[in-house]
Amino acid sequence: MSDTTVKLSDAAIRRRMLAEFWFYFSQNRGAVVGLVVFTLLVVVALFAPVLAPHGAATQYRDALLLPPVWQEGGNSQFLLGTDAVGRDMLSRLIYGAQYSLFIGIVVVSIALFGGIIIGLVAGFFRGWVDNVIMRVMDLILAFPSLLLALVLVAVLGPGLTNAMIAIAIVYQPHFARLTRAAVMSEMEREYVTAARVAGAGNLRLMFKTILPNCLAPLIVQATLSFSSAVLDSAALGFLGMGAQPPTPEWGTMLAEAREFILRAWWVVTFPGLTILVSVLAINLMGDGLRDALDPKLKRS
Amino acid sequence: MKYFSRSLIAVSAVALMSAAAAAEAKTFVYCSEASPEGFDPAPYTAGGTFDASAHPIYNRLTEFKKGTTEVEPGLAESWDVSEDGTEYTFHLREGVKWHSNEAFTPSRDFNADDVIFSFERQSDADNPWHQYIPGVTYEYYTSMAMPSLVKSIEKIDDYTVKFTLNQPEAPFLANIAMAFASIVSKEYADTLEAAGRQEDLNNMPIGTGPFTFLAYQKDAVIRYRKNPDYWGTAPKIDDLIFAITPDSAVRLQKLKAGECHLMPYPAPADIESIRADDSLTLDEQPGLNVGYLAYNTTVAPFDNPKVRKALNMAINKEAIVQAVFQGAAEPAKNPIPPTMWSYNDAIQDDPYDPEASKAMLEEEGVTDLSMKIWAMPVQRPYMPNARRTAELMQEDLSKVGVNAEIVSYEWGEYLSKSMEPGRDGAVLLGWTGDNGDPDNFLSVLLSCDSAGDGGANRAFWCNEEFSQLLQDAKVTSDQAERTAIYEQAQEVFKDQAPWFTIAHSTQYVPMSNKVSGFVMSPLGDFTFETVDLAE
Amino acid sequence: MVRFILSKLLFLIPTFLGITIIAFGFVRILPGDPVLLMAGERGVSPERHAELSAQLGFDRPLVMQYFEFLGRLFHGDLGNSLVTKKPVLGEFLTLFPATVELGLFAIVLATLIGVPVGVFAAIKRGSWFDQVSMTAALVGFSMPIFWWGLLLIIFFSGILGWTPVSGRISLMYYFPDSTGFMLIDSLTSGQKGAFTSAVSHLILPSVVLATIPLAVIARQTRSAMLEVMGEDYVRTARAKGMPQRRVIGVHALRNAMIPVVTTIGLQIGVLMAGAILTETIFSWPGIGKWMIDSISRRDYPVVQSGLLLIAGMVMLVNLLVDLTYGLINPRIRAS
Repeated sequence: MSDTTVKLSDAAIRRRMLAEFWFYFSQNRGAVVGLVVFTLLVVVALFAPVLAPHGAATQYRDALLLPPVWQEGGNSQFLLGTDAVGRDMLSRLIYGAQYSLFIGIVVVSIALFGGIIIGLVAGFFRGWVDNVIMRVMDLILAFPSLLLALVLVAVLGPGLTNAMIAIAIVYQPHFARLTRAAVMSEMEREYVTAARVAGAGNLRLMFKTILPNCLAPLIVQATLSFSSAVLDSAALGFLGMGAQPPTPEWGTMLAEAREFILRAWWVVTFPGLTILVSVLAINLMGDGLRDALDPKLKRS
Repeated sequence: MKYFSRSLIAVSAVALMSAAAAAEAKTFVYCSEASPEGFDPAPYTAGGTFDASAHPIYNRLTEFKKGTTEVEPGLAESWDVSEDGTEYTFHLREGVKWHSNEAFTPSRDFNADDVIFSFERQSDADNPWHQYIPGVTYEYYTSMAMPSLVKSIEKIDDYTVKFTLNQPEAPFLANIAMAFASIVSKEYADTLEAAGRQEDLNNMPIGTGPFTFLAYQKDAVIRYRKNPDYWGTAPKIDDLIFAITPDSAVRLQKLKAGECHLMPYPAPADIESIRADDSLTLDEQPGLNVGYLAYNTTVAPFDNPKVRKALNMAINKEAIVQAVFQGAAEPAKNPIPPTMWSYNDAIQDDPYDPEASKAMLEEEGVTDLSMKIWAMPVQRPYMPNARRTAELMQEDLSKVGVNAEIVSYEWGEYLSKSMEPGRDGAVLLGWTGDNGDPDNFLSVLLSCDSAGDGGANRAFWCNEEFSQLLQDAKVTSDQAERTAIYEQAQEVFKDQAPWFTIAHSTQYVPMSNKVSGFVMSPLGDFTFETVDLAE
Repeated sequence: MVRFILSKLLFLIPTFLGITIIAFGFVRILPGDPVLLMAGERGVSPERHAELSAQLGFDRPLVMQYFEFLGRLFHGDLGNSLVTKKPVLGEFLTLFPATVELGLFAIVLATLIGVPVGVFAAIKRGSWFDQVSMTAALVGFSMPIFWWGLLLIIFFSGILGWTPVSGRISLMYYFPDSTGFMLIDSLTSGQKGAFTSAVSHLILPSVVLATIPLAVIARQTRSAMLEVMGEDYVRTARAKGMPQRRVIGVHALRNAMIPVVTTIGLQIGVLMAGAILTETIFSWPGIGKWMIDSISRRDYPVVQSGLLLIAGMVMLVNLLVDLTYGLINPRIRAS
């Protein structure tokens, strides 16, 4: 990737890299399917108020626990049935997409931002700074992520915001480690030495020279974390520590629906299925991204 | 092929089980809800713990008559009460045998020393058994106000014990029928002390009850065996097993699969399917509980009874009973449940009438009202889903122009913050009775005394007239007189409306068709000495 | 080698101290008051509250409480549960075998299926088997296992009635637990059908718990195999006319196993997280469920010591993985 000729303008290089990236990405059928599903998800989330037939919290008191439309007793007004207080399942799932995407974006942004700063500092300064930071990261990684997130949420108080913060804190060491490793290998490259000789300051070196060159693994990790964040926040919701009802977050919906497991399969099945499909789509995309960004795997 | 071999295993397992059952003993399996905290009833407060300890293993001086909240003789055959109501002399039953286990074989029958020991270890901080496990406390003994009530306990002779009280207390006989007052063996305690294994009083219990304790695998199984020497009617089953299964859906699955014979607390949502199942029977009765929304009656505009009344009329109680309790509850109009004596059925509930409510609010000059509704973070029988309840109330209130915001806290915080004076908002909570006495509801939840620190009056409602009535009832031992007083107190309550009373949830007990003789307890206890299993 | 091990061990000490601080610190800033929780709806008077707090040692300064905690830790005393009043270590030890049994069964299941599938998918790269199995692996990797567990219960226990709903063994069987591992105890008890019963109880929870590790192992094995098969020595061996089976068996598989072993070792954290959910769904009496319950009951000593024990365990397993890795690959030792 780095052997492009110097004569090309920056923009041209970027265009060419993008084209190359898209070529490899589109080779992967799964990735394209994932991208399509994910795009759909984004569209659904963005236009939820338009698409949803009912409000997420509107209760139809005379339509409690109606089955989906194709089953006996279903009502065409509620395609996927209703829940225990007569809210439309389909509408709640549609609004739920907003939450899941929001959770993914927020968690990844916090973890990415924090991780990059910490990793850059550790990898750039080395020495005791590095040692202390990495020990702390090891500490966080010594706890099973869900357990630590659970305790953190218990400390901060149950709720969507706190669940996101907790998950981000738990994910952040992965980004820090990746950044640090990438920085350390980049530091030895000639262009960094050259930039240093040319009188670039620490900050400039860190953010303008080194960071852009270790983005690839971070992007892959970010996609992975995005899907894990959706899963873990749902798990927290399921354990009653995540988003609180009546928020139509999918995991919370599952937790609320658990008591109906034997009586109303649809309130249990659909939220889980939407979680699975969205996470799967993001992971498919992640696979495609990795293949397209990782030159080593490209070869084989 | 795979299917074949699997079903073969299943068939042979079933054959084996039924063969074993016929040849061996009658084994009754109860899918219990929670792990017992320990097997000494005194230090704990959870009903699930008492079902595993106090009820099968131990007895008390007085007992609740099965299926009622009436007191009947237990280890005390009879008792005399002095004129002024402060001296209780108990005549103990003779020939009651203690259980035995590997480490202990009793050399004597139950006697007065055991009674004295059982109470003194709770009341006397200097008793060597007061702190026999680090951190042990006697919360029930304390919260039933026993330390300030009991002046002395004397042994008259081996089979006579006299309790002297500081003041007359009508509910005393019911108090000592409660689990915390279970009688433990003094001789066993002495043996354990000599061996330096005090904690075994809590791990390997010895009692006088219908079942002897066999083994406990933490969070999984408790095993009991029938006590052949039981002084009362001997149990009809030979082995009693508690299969600990916290999740209600899983419990029901196990019941349907025949893995257990009886379960507590089915999810309201499953009631219909249980009714429809031919292999199951469903017992039901109104629970001894109440769920309520307590306004803060010290803060404007909620200090105005008319405003409280108006809000009560804005909330659709029936809708809550349907959506939250799935119909498995009786809408509440009084603070005490209808199964309790002195329940005033003549009282009319406030109607659900948003129009009238709106008019009333306007009349009182309340417009653009914003309030908070506190929703508990935990499930209780009296409130299966506080969130859902709060959401329904929120919707209803918005229709009369009241903007309600739902808040919640971690459970411990919820309990303490909701008792802070000046609290912002109305609190969802409830109560389950301990001993079937109305005082246990009204005094604990609504008297002036309990409106302060450490009390449980979350409406901070202090009504002189109401509190005086309660006080009068407490020192009266005649039940008919007490009933009249409590009925009057309920009228004051309804008129002043410190709460929006929600519902008394129905208690359901699903069991296999093979089970007979199970008696539901209004106190929510699960006891099995009368239970039998058909082949 | 000894120096390598020693340096690794020395590294553990500050990490372990860090863990004690985290475990202690987190737990103490948890909002909520165990004394209030014990009192419940009933409430507790301020005097009684102070009395109980003092009795439990919560009234002393935090730093002092921490050092007391450390001091007792060195004597092997992890404190008593506030709920059951029993020693935390004892409770941990009675519940731990259940989690280990579940975890081991799951990881064995994941390895026995995951590795062959991964190898086969790599050999038949691009075939329908490769595509189907890798799609399945990705689905497994994306699975919300709490939902998956519920579905399996509905289907296998509810509709088909093949597997028991929960618990570790049928209640018909009673024998004292000598090891705490139900599979072993049921065998040594000599009771007919006990072992079969224990296995049938273990199947669904371990399938649920194995789902994600299985997916990870299959994917990792496949990519490790592909990488190794692209290496020069494998190509050479193939070019020299060595039979395909031998090339794969001797050269590729052995080298591909190094990262796979690491992956398997690193699944322990995943397993612990999964155990929390799996045990909750199946009422499995293990430490995952114990931790969840204790967090919600604010049972400080249990949460604190449980965190410590679990993190310590993960740390030890990671150390073992490191060491085996060092044994297999001497280059790592040097650096």
